[in-house]
Amino acid sequence: MEIAELVDFLRNYDGKPIRLMEVCGSHTHAIAKHGIRGLLSDKIELLSGPGCPVCVTPTAYIDKLIELSLQENTTVVTFGDLLRVPGSEESLNAAKGRGGSVEMVYSPMDVLQLAKDNPYRIYVFAAVGFETTAPVYTLLLDQAVEQGLYNIRLLTALKTMPGAISYLCDNGARIDGFIAPGHVSAVTGADYFNDLAKKYQIPFAVSGFGAKELVVAIYGLVQMVINGDSSVKNFYTSVVEQDKNPVIEMQINKYFEAADVAWRGMGIIPGSGLLLKDDYKQFDAGSMGLDVDNKKNKACRCGEILMGKAKPSDCPLFGTACTPSNPAGACMVSEEGACNSVYLSKN
Amino acid sequence: MEHGSGGRATGELIREIFESQFDSDVLSEMEDAAVVPGDATIAMTTDSFVVTPLEFPGGDIGRLCICGTVNDLCMRGATPKYITCGFILEEGADIPTLRRIVKSMADIAKEAGVKIVAGDTKVIEGNGGIYINTAGVGFVSKSVDIKAKNAKPGDAIIVSGNVGDHHAAILSQRMNIKNSIESDNAPLQDMVTALIQEEIPVHVLRDVTRGGLGTVLKELAMASRLSFCIEQEKLPVTPQVQSFCGLLGLDPLYMGNEGKLVAIVPEEYAAKAVEIIRSCKYGENACIIGKICAPKKDTDAGTLIMNTEIGGQRYLDILQGEGLPRIC
Repeated sequence: MEIAELVDFLRNYDGKPIRLMEVCGSHTHAIAKHGIRGLLSDKIELLSGPGCPVCVTPTAYIDKLIELSLQENTTVVTFGDLLRVPGSEESLNAAKGRGGSVEMVYSPMDVLQLAKDNPYRIYVFAAVGFETTAPVYTLLLDQAVEQGLYNIRLLTALKTMPGAISYLCDNGARIDGFIAPGHVSAVTGADYFNDLAKKYQIPFAVSGFGAKELVVAIYGLVQMVINGDSSVKNFYTSVVEQDKNPVIEMQINKYFEAADVAWRGMGIIPGSGLLLKDDYKQFDAGSMGLDVDNKKNKACRCGEILMGKAKPSDCPLFGTACTPSNPAGACMVSEEGACNSVYLSKN
Repeated sequence: MEHGSGGRATGELIREIFESQFDSDVLSEMEDAAVVPGDATIAMTTDSFVVTPLEFPGGDIGRLCICGTVNDLCMRGATPKYITCGFILEEGADIPTLRRIVKSMADIAKEAGVKIVAGDTKVIEGNGGIYINTAGVGFVSKSVDIKAKNAKPGDAIIVSGNVGDHHAAILSQRMNIKNSIESDNAPLQDMVTALIQEEIPVHVLRDVTRGGLGTVLKELAMASRLSFCIEQEKLPVTPQVQSFCGLLGLDPLYMGNEGKLVAIVPEEYAAKAVEIIRSCKYGENACIIGKICAPKKDTDAGTLIMNTEIGGQRYLDILQGEGLPRIC
């Protein structure tokens, strides 16, 4: 079938309402960027799940980064997205404005040069992310060890996807199919989602990030829902294998171990995070127990939105007290956030 | 620090590095203020330049500061005439680098037809940084009225060339990524003069700098309370910049440029305007990327919509977040 035919089908679909969730921030961004929502019938709803790393990070983590940035002789190094995420009282950006030492970088590897140039200063990298980002931090640690740069630390908020998907399914999120994360699957293999599909009888479609790739995967997933097919289908075969990447798995297992960690709005999910192993604790800046999620604006409904229980437009702050330029909740901050994506799609 | 004392060392610095390169009779008078001829309506602008690194593929802070100031004047339809520059040098600033920057300023000022008529130098503590503040004056002829609020429904939106190059060049240099991407920093006065001389009734001109094309168009949409609509497939982006953005998760629509303008002209003049821009030195990839519509309902006023390649629509906002600090 041609893409135009698939779009026609999706636009004119008039069967039972279908709710699909993507659990990858890059998908959320790509869906907004390509205007995919506008191509779908009202009967097909796209929900953005807990796949944006900054959105699922509890306020305690941001507060800890702020505390570190204000500590003598310490610099927090981070990706730009994290700067504007509200903590319990303020964002890292605000802390920077009142003297916090914060550097924005595009790659975690940039911290190596900083640490080399200023050996008596501690550099804390804000290591947020999922299965996809964790391998990069292991390369950073490889280099830190090799070059003897013991003034580098990680404040980790690393999460793994299956625990969160289970949590959603166990806690009443009504979802008919998952668009499985393309980048995560490139690391873990498509089979990573088999057990979840079987347990919850929900189909998964592994998708790429181009407009056509997303249309193909969404069409495939809708067909699976219609046909009651609860398997995992890989629509991103150019990049994703069925099986996991053994080299990356070994690298992650060298430095990290599974841990119970907190997700914004969802609480602690057993085994859903990665913390540094005891052998490498000297590189940890205090990542354990950052579980408290204490939003300043209590009306923010980020948690329910990430679980697909509320739409961004259901939140009283959406588009008024919470906009991309002045985000009250984490989901409005990044282009990968559920609220930001809907705000920019005007849907 | 002695070079900023105002004494002998300051004099040497000014004579050897600045005066010899700028070759300006007004500057050479070394008076407290430049007195220059002129009797038309004047356009004035000022800008500061803090880019890092100081030199990058396709340009340097010197070329950048002249182009930036010239272009700001041009965007009101002015002919740029005079520029002043204030240098803030951090202790340890590399003199050969400073010489190259000053020569670069002199060369591009000559190309753009502007005179550097006054200057100042201060030296402060620091780590060898060089910062430049400029002010520019240009003359506007009475018949020219170019401003954001002049946009009309039905107008065509033209961009003068590929977007994202400057941002990608700076970022590549900072990240030590080797590629062939060069900054686009260039003076646009010939392009603007040509449009005016050929009697294109230009409604709006805007320099597409920090924040990128997306931000500039959204700001214009908001200023005019109209609805701007652009076509994704028409956006001019080189394959190199496109792949660079793909790797880093950047969007060329929100990347800074230093030698591109947006021109908004009545639709019937659009093809001719593109032809004129393309015939200019820095405009070979100019194209029409969209049009302006009257808002159908109140909520459409001030919107910027992009029709995506697959037939969807994306509402664009101004750049959110950090972008890239110290890009210009």
